[in-house]
Amino acid sequence: MKYNKDNYKKVVDEFTPKNKMLKNCIMAFIFGGVICLIGEIINDSFVAWLGISDDEASPMTSVILVGISALLTGLGWYDKLGKIGGAGTVVPITGFANSVVSPALEFKREGFILGTAANIFKLAGPVLLFGYFSSFIAGLLSMVFK
Amino acid sequence: MNYVMSFLVGGLICLVGQIIIDTFKKNNAYLLVMMVVTGCILGFFGLYDKLVEIGHSGATVPLLGFGNSLAKGAMEEAANKGFMGALSGGVIRTAPGVAAALIFGYIVAVIFNPHGDK
Repeated sequence: MKYNKDNYKKVVDEFTPKNKMLKNCIMAFIFGGVICLIGEIINDSFVAWLGISDDEASPMTSVILVGISALLTGLGWYDKLGKIGGAGTVVPITGFANSVVSPALEFKREGFILGTAANIFKLAGPVLLFGYFSSFIAGLLSMVFK
Repeated sequence: MNYVMSFLVGGLICLVGQIIIDTFKKNNAYLLVMMVVTGCILGFFGLYDKLVEIGHSGATVPLLGFGNSLAKGAMEEAANKGFMGALSGGVIRTAPGVAAALIFGYIVAVIFNPHGDK
Protein backbone atom coordinates (compact mmCIF):
# COMPACT_ATOMS: atom_id res chain seq x y z
CA MET A 1 0.00 0.00 0.00
CA LYS A 2 1.39 3.33 -0.98
CA TYR A 3 1.12 6.10 1.56
CA ASN A 4 0.15 9.57 0.58
CA LYS A 5 -1.31 12.46 2.51
CA ASP A 6 -4.92 11.28 2.22
CA ASN A 7 -4.73 7.63 3.07
CA TYR A 8 -2.15 8.27 5.78
CA LYS A 9 -4.79 10.22 7.69
CA LYS A 10 -7.24 7.35 7.16
CA VAL A 11 -4.78 4.87 8.63
CA VAL A 12 -4.05 7.11 11.60
CA ASP A 13 -7.77 7.58 12.29
CA GLU A 14 -8.27 3.84 12.17
CA PHE A 15 -5.75 3.22 14.93
CA THR A 16 -6.44 6.19 17.22
CA PRO A 17 -8.66 5.11 20.08
CA LYS A 18 -12.25 6.13 19.38
CA ASN A 19 -12.89 9.01 21.67
CA LYS A 20 -16.12 8.62 23.49
CA MET A 21 -17.24 12.16 22.90
CA LEU A 22 -20.76 11.77 24.26
CA LYS A 23 -19.60 10.14 27.48
CA ASN A 24 -16.83 12.73 27.88
CA CYS A 25 -19.35 15.53 27.42
CA ILE A 26 -21.76 14.11 30.01
CA MET A 27 -18.95 13.68 32.54
CA ALA A 28 -17.66 17.19 31.85
CA PHE A 29 -21.18 18.56 32.34
CA ILE A 30 -21.65 16.75 35.66
CA PHE A 31 -18.20 17.49 37.10
CA GLY A 32 -18.25 21.14 36.00
CA GLY A 33 -21.77 21.54 37.31
CA VAL A 34 -20.92 20.03 40.70
CA ILE A 35 -17.82 22.23 41.11
CA CYS A 36 -19.86 25.34 40.30
CA LEU A 37 -22.59 24.12 42.68
CA ILE A 38 -20.01 23.80 45.46
CA GLY A 39 -18.87 27.33 44.59
CA GLU A 40 -22.43 28.60 44.91
CA ILE A 41 -22.85 26.89 48.29
CA ILE A 42 -19.60 28.47 49.58
CA ASN A 43 -20.66 31.83 48.15
CA ASP A 44 -24.08 31.58 49.82
CA SER A 45 -22.52 30.60 53.14
CA PHE A 46 -20.34 33.72 53.11
CA VAL A 47 -23.35 35.92 52.40
CA ALA A 48 -25.72 34.21 54.85
CA TRP A 49 -23.44 33.54 57.83
CA LEU A 50 -20.72 36.18 57.66
CA GLY A 51 -22.85 38.97 56.20
CA ILE A 52 -20.41 39.62 53.37
CA SER A 53 -21.73 41.50 50.34
CA ASP A 54 -22.28 39.58 47.13
CA ASP A 55 -19.46 41.44 45.33
CA GLU A 56 -16.91 40.54 47.98
CA ALA A 57 -18.06 36.97 48.43
CA SER A 58 -17.21 36.03 44.84
CA PRO A 59 -13.41 36.54 45.07
CA MET A 60 -13.41 34.87 48.50
CA THR A 61 -15.16 31.87 46.98
CA SER A 62 -12.46 31.71 44.30
CA VAL A 63 -9.76 31.73 46.98
CA ILE A 64 -11.46 28.89 48.90
CA LEU A 65 -11.91 26.82 45.73
CA VAL A 66 -8.27 27.43 44.77
CA GLY A 67 -7.18 26.30 48.25
CA ILE A 68 -9.27 23.11 48.12
CA SER A 69 -8.03 22.31 44.63
CA ALA A 70 -4.38 22.89 45.62
CA LEU A 71 -4.77 20.50 48.55
CA LEU A 72 -6.50 17.84 46.43
CA THR A 73 -3.74 18.16 43.81
CA GLY A 74 -1.13 17.70 46.52
CA LEU A 75 -2.87 14.54 47.68
CA GLY A 76 -2.97 13.33 44.07
CA TRP A 77 -6.78 13.16 44.02
CA TYR A 78 -7.49 15.99 41.61
CA ASP A 79 -5.69 14.27 38.76
CA LYS A 80 -7.79 11.16 39.34
CA LEU A 81 -10.93 13.27 39.15
CA GLY A 82 -9.53 14.89 36.01
CA LYS A 83 -9.23 11.56 34.26
CA ILE A 84 -12.99 11.06 34.65
CA GLY A 85 -14.25 14.62 34.51
CA GLY A 86 -12.15 15.94 31.61
CA ALA A 87 -12.91 19.57 30.85
CA GLY A 88 -15.29 19.61 33.82
CA THR A 89 -12.23 19.75 36.07
CA VAL A 90 -10.13 21.98 33.77
CA VAL A 91 -12.44 24.89 32.98
CA PRO A 92 -13.43 25.92 36.54
CA ILE A 93 -10.96 28.00 38.59
CA THR A 94 -10.00 24.78 40.40
CA GLY A 95 -8.43 23.63 37.13
CA PHE A 96 -6.36 26.80 37.04
CA ALA A 97 -5.13 26.07 40.58
CA ASN A 98 -4.37 22.49 39.55
CA SER A 99 -2.32 23.78 36.61
CA VAL A 100 -0.25 25.85 39.07
CA VAL A 101 0.32 23.11 41.66
CA SER A 102 1.04 20.24 39.25
CA PRO A 103 4.30 21.61 37.75
CA ALA A 104 5.27 22.98 41.18
CA LEU A 105 5.14 19.44 42.55
CA GLU A 106 6.61 17.82 39.47
CA PHE A 107 9.75 19.95 39.43
CA LYS A 108 10.32 19.75 43.19
CA ARG A 109 13.37 17.52 42.80
CA GLU A 110 15.14 20.32 40.92
CA GLY A 111 15.07 22.46 44.04
CA PHE A 112 12.68 24.91 45.65
CA ILE A 113 13.86 27.97 43.72
CA LEU A 114 14.85 26.69 40.29
CA GLY A 115 12.44 23.76 40.38
CA THR A 116 9.19 24.52 42.17
CA ALA A 117 9.27 28.31 42.10
CA ALA A 118 10.57 28.65 38.55
CA ASN A 119 8.08 26.22 37.06
CA ILE A 120 5.02 27.11 39.10
CA PHE A 121 3.56 29.23 36.26
CA LYS A 122 4.63 26.86 33.52
CA LEU A 123 1.02 26.13 32.49
CA ALA A 124 -0.78 29.06 34.10
CA GLY A 125 1.67 31.66 32.73
CA PRO A 126 0.15 31.71 29.23
CA VAL A 127 -3.31 32.06 30.76
CA LEU A 128 -2.26 35.09 32.81
CA LEU A 129 -0.30 36.62 29.94
CA PHE A 130 -3.18 36.49 27.48
CA GLY A 131 -5.67 37.37 30.22
CA TYR A 132 -3.78 40.51 31.28
CA PHE A 133 -3.07 41.39 27.68
CA SER A 134 -6.71 41.26 26.64
CA SER A 135 -7.84 43.09 29.78
CA PHE A 136 -5.36 45.87 28.96
CA ILE A 137 -6.80 46.10 25.45
CA ALA A 138 -10.34 46.11 26.89
CA GLY A 139 -9.35 48.96 29.22
CA LEU A 140 -7.80 50.97 26.37
CA LEU A 141 -10.79 50.42 24.10
CA SER A 142 -13.18 51.48 26.85
CA MET A 143 -11.22 54.74 27.13
CA VAL A 144 -11.40 55.37 23.39
CA PHE A 145 -15.13 54.70 23.06
CA LYS A 146 -16.29 56.73 26.07
CA MET B 1 -33.16 27.67 42.32
CA ASN B 2 -29.74 29.37 42.36
CA TYR B 3 -28.14 26.01 42.98
CA VAL B 4 -29.87 24.43 40.01
CA MET B 5 -28.90 27.31 37.73
CA SER B 6 -25.29 27.24 38.97
CA PHE B 7 -25.11 23.54 38.16
CA LEU B 8 -26.69 23.93 34.72
CA VAL B 9 -24.74 26.99 33.56
CA GLY B 10 -21.43 25.73 34.99
CA GLY B 11 -22.03 22.32 33.48
CA LEU B 12 -22.84 23.79 30.08
CA ILE B 13 -19.67 25.91 30.01
CA CYS B 14 -17.58 22.83 30.84
CA LEU B 15 -19.48 20.84 28.21
CA VAL B 16 -18.47 23.42 25.59
CA GLY B 17 -14.89 23.12 26.87
CA GLN B 18 -15.00 19.33 26.47
CA ILE B 19 -16.29 19.66 22.89
CA ILE B 20 -13.44 22.06 22.11
CA ILE B 21 -10.86 19.63 23.58
CA ASP B 22 -12.31 16.63 21.72
CA THR B 23 -12.61 18.51 18.43
CA PHE B 24 -9.23 20.23 18.25
CA LYS B 25 -7.26 17.72 20.37
CA LYS B 26 -4.99 20.39 21.78
CA ASN B 27 -3.33 20.69 25.16
CA ASN B 28 -5.51 21.98 28.00
CA ALA B 29 -3.47 25.17 28.12
CA TYR B 30 -4.99 26.20 24.75
CA LEU B 31 -8.48 25.75 26.19
CA LEU B 32 -7.68 27.80 29.29
CA VAL B 33 -6.19 30.64 27.22
CA MET B 34 -9.19 30.55 24.90
CA MET B 35 -11.62 30.66 27.85
CA VAL B 36 -9.92 33.64 29.50
CA VAL B 37 -9.72 35.67 26.29
CA THR B 38 -13.34 34.84 25.39
CA GLY B 39 -14.45 35.84 28.89
CA CYS B 40 -12.57 39.11 28.47
CA ILE B 41 -14.29 39.85 25.16
CA LEU B 42 -17.75 38.96 26.52
CA GLY B 43 -17.01 41.08 29.59
CA PHE B 44 -15.98 44.02 27.44
CA PHE B 45 -19.33 43.99 25.65
CA GLY B 46 -21.20 43.55 28.94
CA LEU B 47 -22.70 40.26 27.80
CA TYR B 48 -21.16 38.13 30.53
CA ASP B 49 -22.88 40.00 33.37
CA LYS B 50 -26.20 38.77 32.03
CA LEU B 51 -24.96 35.19 32.24
CA VAL B 52 -23.77 35.85 35.81
CA GLU B 53 -27.27 37.09 36.70
CA ILE B 54 -28.73 33.81 35.47
CA GLY B 55 -26.03 31.36 36.50
CA HIS B 56 -24.39 32.97 39.56
CA SER B 57 -21.41 30.81 40.55
CA GLY B 58 -22.02 28.68 37.47
CA ALA B 59 -20.77 31.67 35.49
CA THR B 60 -18.17 33.12 37.89
CA VAL B 61 -16.34 29.89 38.82
CA PRO B 62 -15.31 28.81 35.27
CA LEU B 63 -12.32 30.62 33.77
CA LEU B 64 -14.68 32.65 31.56
CA GLY B 65 -15.62 34.47 34.76
CA PHE B 66 -11.93 35.12 35.43
CA GLY B 67 -11.69 36.78 32.01
CA ASN B 68 -14.83 38.74 32.73
CA SER B 69 -13.39 40.06 36.02
CA LEU B 70 -10.20 41.03 34.19
CA ALA B 71 -12.12 43.06 31.59
CA LYS B 72 -14.44 44.70 34.12
CA GLY B 73 -11.57 45.62 36.45
CA ALA B 74 -9.57 47.13 33.61
CA MET B 75 -12.55 49.11 32.28
CA GLU B 76 -13.53 50.49 35.71
CA GLU B 77 -9.98 51.56 36.57
CA ALA B 78 -9.47 52.98 33.08
CA ALA B 79 -12.49 55.23 33.64
CA ASN B 80 -10.92 56.51 36.89
CA LYS B 81 -7.20 56.62 36.18
CA GLY B 82 -6.85 56.44 32.40
CA PHE B 83 -3.91 54.58 30.89
CA MET B 84 -2.44 53.41 34.21
CA GLY B 85 -5.86 52.15 35.23
CA ALA B 86 -6.17 50.11 32.05
CA LEU B 87 -2.84 48.50 32.88
CA SER B 88 -3.52 47.74 36.52
CA GLY B 89 -7.29 47.32 36.80
CA GLY B 90 -7.61 43.73 35.65
CA VAL B 91 -4.59 42.63 37.63
CA ILE B 92 -5.89 44.20 40.86
CA ARG B 93 -9.35 42.69 40.44
CA THR B 94 -8.05 39.16 39.95
CA ALA B 95 -5.05 39.40 42.28
CA PRO B 96 -6.57 37.42 45.21
CA GLY B 97 -7.20 34.31 43.10
CA VAL B 98 -3.79 34.43 41.42
CA ALA B 99 -1.92 35.11 44.66
CA ALA B 100 -3.85 32.34 46.40
CA ALA B 101 -2.96 29.88 43.63
CA LEU B 102 0.73 30.85 43.88
CA ILE B 103 1.00 30.81 47.66
CA PHE B 104 -1.16 27.74 48.34
CA GLY B 105 0.51 26.02 45.40
CA TYR B 106 3.95 26.64 46.86
CA ILE B 107 2.94 25.48 50.33
CA VAL B 108 1.40 22.30 48.89
CA ALA B 109 4.51 21.65 46.81
CA VAL B 110 6.70 22.00 49.90
CA ILE B 111 4.57 19.66 52.01
CA PHE B 112 3.63 16.95 49.52
CA ASN B 113 5.72 14.83 47.19
CA PRO B 114 4.87 14.23 43.54
CA HIS B 115 2.76 11.18 42.81
CA GLY B 116 4.25 9.12 40.03
CA ASP B 117 1.31 8.89 37.64
CA LYS B 118 0.00 5.56 36.45
